Amino acid sequence: MSATRRLARFLKPYRHWAVLAPLLMMLEVAMDLMQPRMVQRIVDQGLARGDMPLVLHTALLMVGFAAIGAVGGTGCTVFSVLAAQGFGADLRSALFAKVQSLSFGNLDRLETGRLITRLTNDVTQVQELVMMMLRIMVRAPLLMVGSLVMAIFTSPTLALLFVVLIPLVLAVVIWLINKSHPLFSEVQRRLDALNTVMQENLAGVRVVKAFVREAHEIGRFRKANEQLMQQNITAAQVLALNMPLVMLILNSGVVAALWLGGVQVKAGSLQVGQIIAFTNYLTQTLFSIMMVSMLTMRLSRSEASAERIQEVFDSQPEVVNRPGALAEFAPRGRVAFENVTFSYNGADAEPVLKNVSFVAEPGQTVAILGSTGAGKSSLVHLIPRFYDVKEGRVTVDGIDVRDIDETALRRQISIALQESVLFSGTIRDNIRYGRPDAGDEEVIAAAKLAQAHDFIMSFPDGYDSMVGQRGVNLSGGQKQRIAIARALLMNPSVLILDDSTSSVDVETEARLQEALAAARRGRTNLIVAQRISTVLSADQILVLDNGQIVAQGPHARLMETSPIYREIYESQMER
Amino acid sequence: MPAPMSRSSERTPIVPPPFMMGRPGGGPGGGGPGAHFMRPVEHAKNPAGTLARLWGYLRRQRLALIFTALAVAATTGLQLAGPYLLGVAIDRYILPGDLAGLVRLCALMLAVYALTSLLTWLQTYIMAAAAQRTVAAIRNDLFEHEQTLALRFFDQHAHGDLMSRLTNDVENISMVLAQSVTQLVSAVLSLAGTAAVMLFLNWRLALVTMLTVPFMMLFLTRWVGGRTRAGFRQQQKALGKLNGIIEETITGQRVVKAYGREQAVMAEFDFANRELRRAGTQAQIFSGFIGPLMNFVNNLGLAIVAGAGGWMALAGLATVGTIAAFINYARQFGRPLNEIANLYNTIQSAIAGAERVFETIDEPAEVTDAADARPLAAVRGEVVFEDVCFEYEPGVPVLKHVSLRAEPGQVVALVGPTGAGKTTIVNLLTRFYDIQSGRICIDGQDIRQIKLADLRRQLGIVLQDTFLFTGTVMENIRYGRLDATDEEVIAAARLANADPFIRRLPHGYQTELSERAGNLSQGQRQLLAIARAILADPGILVLDEATSSVDTRTEKHIQEAMLRLMKGRTSFVIAHRLSTIRNADQILVINHGEIIERGTHETLLAQRGFYYHLYQSQFRADGRGLAAAEEDRKAGHPPAPIPVGIAVGR
Repeated sequence: MSATRRLARFLKPYRHWAVLAPLLMMLEVAMDLMQPRMVQRIVDQGLARGDMPLVLHTALLMVGFAAIGAVGGTGCTVFSVLAAQGFGADLRSALFAKVQSLSFGNLDRLETGRLITRLTNDVTQVQELVMMMLRIMVRAPLLMVGSLVMAIFTSPTLALLFVVLIPLVLAVVIWLINKSHPLFSEVQRRLDALNTVMQENLAGVRVVKAFVREAHEIGRFRKANEQLMQQNITAAQVLALNMPLVMLILNSGVVAALWLGGVQVKAGSLQVGQIIAFTNYLTQTLFSIMMVSMLTMRLSRSEASAERIQEVFDSQPEVVNRPGALAEFAPRGRVAFENVTFSYNGADAEPVLKNVSFVAEPGQTVAILGSTGAGKSSLVHLIPRFYDVKEGRVTVDGIDVRDIDETALRRQISIALQESVLFSGTIRDNIRYGRPDAGDEEVIAAAKLAQAHDFIMSFPDGYDSMVGQRGVNLSGGQKQRIAIARALLMNPSVLILDDSTSSVDVETEARLQEALAAARRGRTNLIVAQRISTVLSADQILVLDNGQIVAQGPHARLMETSPIYREIYESQMER
Repeated sequence: MPAPMSRSSERTPIVPPPFMMGRPGGGPGGGGPGAHFMRPVEHAKNPAGTLARLWGYLRRQRLALIFTALAVAATTGLQLAGPYLLGVAIDRYILPGDLAGLVRLCALMLAVYALTSLLTWLQTYIMAAAAQRTVAAIRNDLFEHEQTLALRFFDQHAHGDLMSRLTNDVENISMVLAQSVTQLVSAVLSLAGTAAVMLFLNWRLALVTMLTVPFMMLFLTRWVGGRTRAGFRQQQKALGKLNGIIEETITGQRVVKAYGREQAVMAEFDFANRELRRAGTQAQIFSGFIGPLMNFVNNLGLAIVAGAGGWMALAGLATVGTIAAFINYARQFGRPLNEIANLYNTIQSAIAGAERVFETIDEPAEVTDAADARPLAAVRGEVVFEDVCFEYEPGVPVLKHVSLRAEPGQVVALVGPTGAGKTTIVNLLTRFYDIQSGRICIDGQDIRQIKLADLRRQLGIVLQDTFLFTGTVMENIRYGRLDATDEEVIAAARLANADPFIRRLPHGYQTELSERAGNLSQGQRQLLAIARAILADPGILVLDEATSSVDTRTEKHIQEAMLRLMKGRTSFVIAHRLSTIRNADQILVINHGEIIERGTHETLLAQRGFYYHLYQSQFRADGRGLAAAEEDRKAGHPPAPIPVGIAVGR
């Protein structure tokens, strides 16, 4: 439970409520425990002695107890909900803020999909746990101990029955938990197997249909489905023993109490009301034991969630501002790599970039070419300091990027990423994402430059068209152009296009390049490209292979001096 | 603990114990918040029709159902006997001190309880199997039907949604069948039974009890229930909004950081988070009231029975045993009311889920075999499009009056900008979609008159993005022809230039590939797809050349293999490489859903039309122009660059 305990710090601001709730629950339980006692009084004292005022008085007392219990119960609800909701909101907020502070390296490791689950499902799980802790986890044990004490108090001799009954119930519950746990793990495994078949079938639907493999797929599915069904049945049938067995023990206990009680009543050492009260306490004790064991199982599930959340809190951002980092920064745009070596993971991992050195002068266009995995994206990601270098240094206008405030640096270095993520909102909002205060003229100018204006105007709502699930359908190339406009609006000193025109058709791309070249006004452009046409007019082309710069220079010179460049160039050509 | 365990155990039908004067553990509200928090109550559109369909499946488990129904009736009856016998024990044996009679009665009670437990177990045991068989059958039907559906269906539905139908929705149905239905029946029966027995035992006390407890319970469920429902709706809305923000932000986290928008995003998040907290607090407080308030009513009922019963006992209108029995009956009387209300929501949700499942099963298979569809054996490979028009969405034509003819063995290159309709031509030839007008013929036969399976068997398709299934390399290639021997698979891999890299894999052909095949490069995956197509040995080929560059050596291997594959077969190529285009027998230039130019590379260049323009635009960046490039070529210099992407697109 260590992870759960560590998250308990978020309960601190609500500790008054978190203490009050169990106290009120205690009140409710205490009142509940009084009820059988009162029935006993009515039967043994009121009825046996024909004392009508005592009967009515006791009944009224019961109503009073019930009312006090209700106050306790509802009060507990209010305070536990306030505590749990406050806890959940604070935890969620802190977790979200933590994620915002993480760097690209952390995000790579934590994975998007799993991060989302942590922020949604896992937080909810832990929040529910807190609520349970404050209510049921207080109620069940209290009721268990309270009923046991009251039962012993009501009749110590009958209470000897517990010596047999409690171990029996515990044995059954523990046996069942142990037996069913592996069965349900297997159910989960088989469910995963079925999901895999289904997922692959959906993702590969064209292949399935093209090769006419529907029957084969159905066969695969039937087999997985049959296996899941068998396991489900086995597991459910084992679990089916639970209630009947516990009830049998419980009811046997009641019958035993009735008989033993009957014997004692005849001997005059016990009264009927005591039997009635005792059997009530007995039932409550045994039921609470079962409840507590079920809740314990539930706890282990929440613990898993707590662990996943704690893992995020434990990640340390890899890129942090140095003390005294440069807060104001207005560079001309000279980017230099000096013997840069970089790897994504630990020191012993194979470096992605090895000993890379080059200089991009202000106003130059530098193209970076290479096959998938050569290190092109890694290289440009070092400039806005998404990652830190392992060796060497990256400088902008001669200043190490690690000596510049992150925000100040990124305001000057704008990047259109490979996957162009847009946010829900209007196209206008998306373009001015980096500068929400930008005027309409600026937005339109950026869109025109990015060759996006025309298609945006073709939508009925123009720049006010909504993007996303309920908005206009944008093609990959259109999204990329909006992302480029977004980057251009920043009016950066260094503009990086990280393979961000891959889905734009060639003609449009050529226009885009012309426009960028014309409008660059001393801006340094770095362009990562897969297509060779993209790089031809660059002032400088860097050819990356396996993390190293293997050739460097303008097109004409590379054609003459670099066999690798020529090979890449010719591979797309007829021989 | 895995989810199913705790979920099942929370809902396991609770046989009411003979004596209960406080709710067990958490009471009705106990497991509530979690279940509510995640799943809002849904409402089915046509519950009657859906239930009838479900009954169609359930009918197959008739014997189990009949047994379960009998067992439920019997256990309910036996449960009623418990408190009654208790009353008898007190009045007739304990108070008079008849120990011999008490022993007999105790034995009888023990037998009753044992029988109750036995029947409960049997009924759960049998129903579990029946429910699982039923949902397995539904799942099979759903999956099998999905296999017959046309691509349009898969385009229009999110995969996550389809997955959730097959898992969550079906899972819900299963739970309702296994537990909720029997619980509901049992609740109704015990409600009626309790009322009857109470009236029989002591009608005066019965009336007092029945007038107070159930009405208060009903009032309570309504009052709290109404507020809770409204609260949960709001909470659900707030949760959906917050989750939307989370999903979007985390997915775009890198952009957020690149533009330094962390603070703005956090402000947006905090606003939605506060809203969720407010709505959640309201919903949870009201739903949380159900537990303690039910408890209050129960205790009140107890007080009434004890007080009124005590008064009647003193007046000679009731016995001590009757009071003892009534204490239990009163509780049994209130319990089913609350249970029925809860079950109603669960069952509603399940029916809504079943509705979604049946909706899919009812989806008409758009592309089907015609009644008089003929088989298709080997083909010569003549392909003709006659005035073909097609639209994915009504009113948005994608192909307009397209006519083309490919002679057997010809290579046809499809060229044009993104979204021009190249992929659509391929989709129509394979009958992934049916055309709206015109005709597509293979060897003079309309493809709608050919058995779909035969048609597709004669078409080999190599897509850009190779899909690999979980399984070995061997199995993945064999997907092309399931009865191929290992030797045939290896031979195909050799022809596809895939053999060398496969042998370098850790377990060669027996290497397990993961779902998304992260362990293979894109080029290697493409080689496997080619091997698959070679093994299938189709008469007509459809190739979609990859746009993204792979390393040069693999690129050569792929080109070689593709050429081998195309030899002697009519081939349609969505072309991205100049070499492919130059070697094609026919180039079809497609723009805005129309074939605007056709011919060979040379004739098209000579036309100085769209193709020429497209071709030349590649050189603008170079600044040298087409003439220079052509001169270079003739002079034996390396030809001017045609980028991978004279026709970018997927």
